[in-house]
Amino acid sequence: MRGRGFQIYAICYLIFLYAPIALLPIFAFNNSTVISFPLSGFTTQWFSQLWTDTSLLLAVKHSLIVAVSVSILATCFGVFAARATTRYAFPMKQGLMGMIMLPLVLPDIIIAVSLLVVLMQMGASLSILTVILGHTLIATPFTIAILNSAFQSLDKSLEEAAIDLGETPASTFRLIILPLVMPGIISSLLIAFSISLDEYIIAAFLSGTEATLPVYIFAQFRFPNKVPVIMALGTILVCLSITLLTIAEYFRRRGIAKAGGKDTGGFL
Amino acid sequence: MTSSPAPAARLARPLIELREVEKYYGDYYALRKITTDIREGEFFSLLGPSGCGKTTLLRCIAGFEEISGGHLSIDGKDMEDVPANKRPTNMVFQSYAIFPHLTVEENVGFGLRRDPSSKEDKARRVAEALEMVGLKGFGKRAAHALSGGQRQRVALARALILKPRVLLLDEPLSALDKKMREQMQSELRKLQRQVGITFILVTHDQEEALIMSDRIAVMFEGEIAQLDSPERLYRRPISRKVAEFIGIMNFLPARVLSTGPQIALDVAGLGQIAIDAEQCPGTPRTGDASVGFRPETMTVLYEGDPEPSRGKVAQGTVEEVVYFGDMSYYEVRLEGVEKPVQISMRNVVGRPVLLRGSRTRIAWEAGALVLFCEPKA
Ligand SMILES: Nc1ncnc2c1ncn2[C@@H]1O[C@H](COP(=O)(O)OP(=O)(O)OP(=O)(O)O)[C@@H](O)[C@H]1O
Ligand SMILES: [Mg+2]
Repeated sequence: MRGRGFQIYAICYLIFLYAPIALLPIFAFNNSTVISFPLSGFTTQWFSQLWTDTSLLLAVKHSLIVAVSVSILATCFGVFAARATTRYAFPMKQGLMGMIMLPLVLPDIIIAVSLLVVLMQMGASLSILTVILGHTLIATPFTIAILNSAFQSLDKSLEEAAIDLGETPASTFRLIILPLVMPGIISSLLIAFSISLDEYIIAAFLSGTEATLPVYIFAQFRFPNKVPVIMALGTILVCLSITLLTIAEYFRRRGIAKAGGKDTGGFL
Repeated sequence: MTSSPAPAARLARPLIELREVEKYYGDYYALRKITTDIREGEFFSLLGPSGCGKTTLLRCIAGFEEISGGHLSIDGKDMEDVPANKRPTNMVFQSYAIFPHLTVEENVGFGLRRDPSSKEDKARRVAEALEMVGLKGFGKRAAHALSGGQRQRVALARALILKPRVLLLDEPLSALDKKMREQMQSELRKLQRQVGITFILVTHDQEEALIMSDRIAVMFEGEIAQLDSPERLYRRPISRKVAEFIGIMNFLPARVLSTGPQIALDVAGLGQIAIDAEQCPGTPRTGDASVGFRPETMTVLYEGDPEPSRGKVAQGTVEEVVYFGDMSYYEVRLEGVEKPVQISMRNVVGRPVLLRGSRTRIAWEAGALVLFCEPKA
């Protein structure tokens, strides 16, 4: 009987998790601006409207630029930090790492406000550049956490063997370390990308006139006739994320299988 | 690989010179003023208990650790400013450190990346190296799909393909099972003779060191306690500590009565005897000392056996017998000695193994004894 209770709990949980997402495509193809049942008919007009909405496309462009930049930047910082903490001893290592990981638990609103104040003081103008800055700040702790475990599982003697066979530290990094931590790097890129893509608070504070997608979408809810278009956009985003994650997971598993390692679970 | 048996002249030249080499981590001394020469073409072993600094010394030679003091030169060249990737050494790691994302071939050929020779030439050398270690036809395999023994061979081929002056091996056999280990011991020895490269082997297995090496350095606590051939190490250990680490040695309390070319002794259980000064590795001095002998240097006599023509006879009681097929191990309590001594005997057809509790005579020779004049530990 206890088992049954857990089953019901699990099912409720999953419905709660995925039902709203399932609603997206339903209303994206519904021939009405009112989001409610019963459905009134099939249409693809919201999708065609999507392509003509230049301000929306601009927001998509901003978001993509920000997310790609953030995923690369945060992953680079993550690689540096993970490499440093797993291989070298330096004074204040624990304290320093704690400080770097702090944004993980710091409310985003605090980061957003303080960044805004600092940027204003410096006389910087708000743009997607400042959003990239803010997002990199919050994404880096995540990439460090992922990459730390990837670098930690690396046998130190592999590096020494490469050096022993005549390679320089730089070429050893390229030939041995990088291929072996690649699954971790892919995970890190993806996490940073998705953190940035749907981040609202910091983007709202720091984007100025160059709104990112979440900021734009939230603003559009004021206009009821725009809602079905956003549903259409949401549908496309869901499909895109699933495709992206599948591809990434494929490469990650292939990388692990090639290196003969055990799958210690990516984030999928 | 061409086999060139090293000529005697080459054998004698020191290839690696260590002069008061020290290594400390903070205030912990891992190596204390190590001064020794390692000769060209020899199979040299570093033997010692865990934590005595064997790996540290090996890594100092390879260049993975910077020495804290002293000088280290290879082939007459000081190594102070030479980084690990420029030293004429290659290493076989304890974990083998096979690159898991590369094939066997790519692993073995890894060191040739910077070699200017043609692709075909490199492929030929990789094939040769694989054949040398008995892995012909394994080139295309993924490296992670190999057994422990095969990994070990890949690691060997990968290190030897660069024809280093020195091959460093850090407990290369400890991860293998017993049978595989014994096979690899003799293969490694043969391979070393064939390529003529100096091998430095780290091991904590005294049997392995005895079987494989030309010379063995026994290390305790960051120092070399004794550096000798396996035979001398076994027969003439320099201290009780070394003697106890290499094989089994029995000790009997003794008193030195007089010193000189001949040393007069009173040994518990054996009586008053005289031995050569050469049988005392330290400086003999009168007073309390101890005498050591190996289990196989004494013989348990049967009832009807005649007195041995050479040597002497002592009386004892068999306390314990362990039958080992080809050998029997006896624990015999000599008259007047508290602790029983161990004696090993080859079993011979027609001679039954003595029973526990039987009184027996023990034949022994003064020449097999070693005198230790050191304060009792
Ligand atoms: N990086 C280091 N920092 C501090 N101490 C170290 C370091 N490397 C080694 N040591 C210490 O130096 C001593 C010698 O270590 P080493 O690894 O050379 O021992 P070993 O003889 O190879 O032992 P084993 O047979 O267990 O491998 C040990 O007490 C070890 O704790
Ligand atoms: Mg060691």
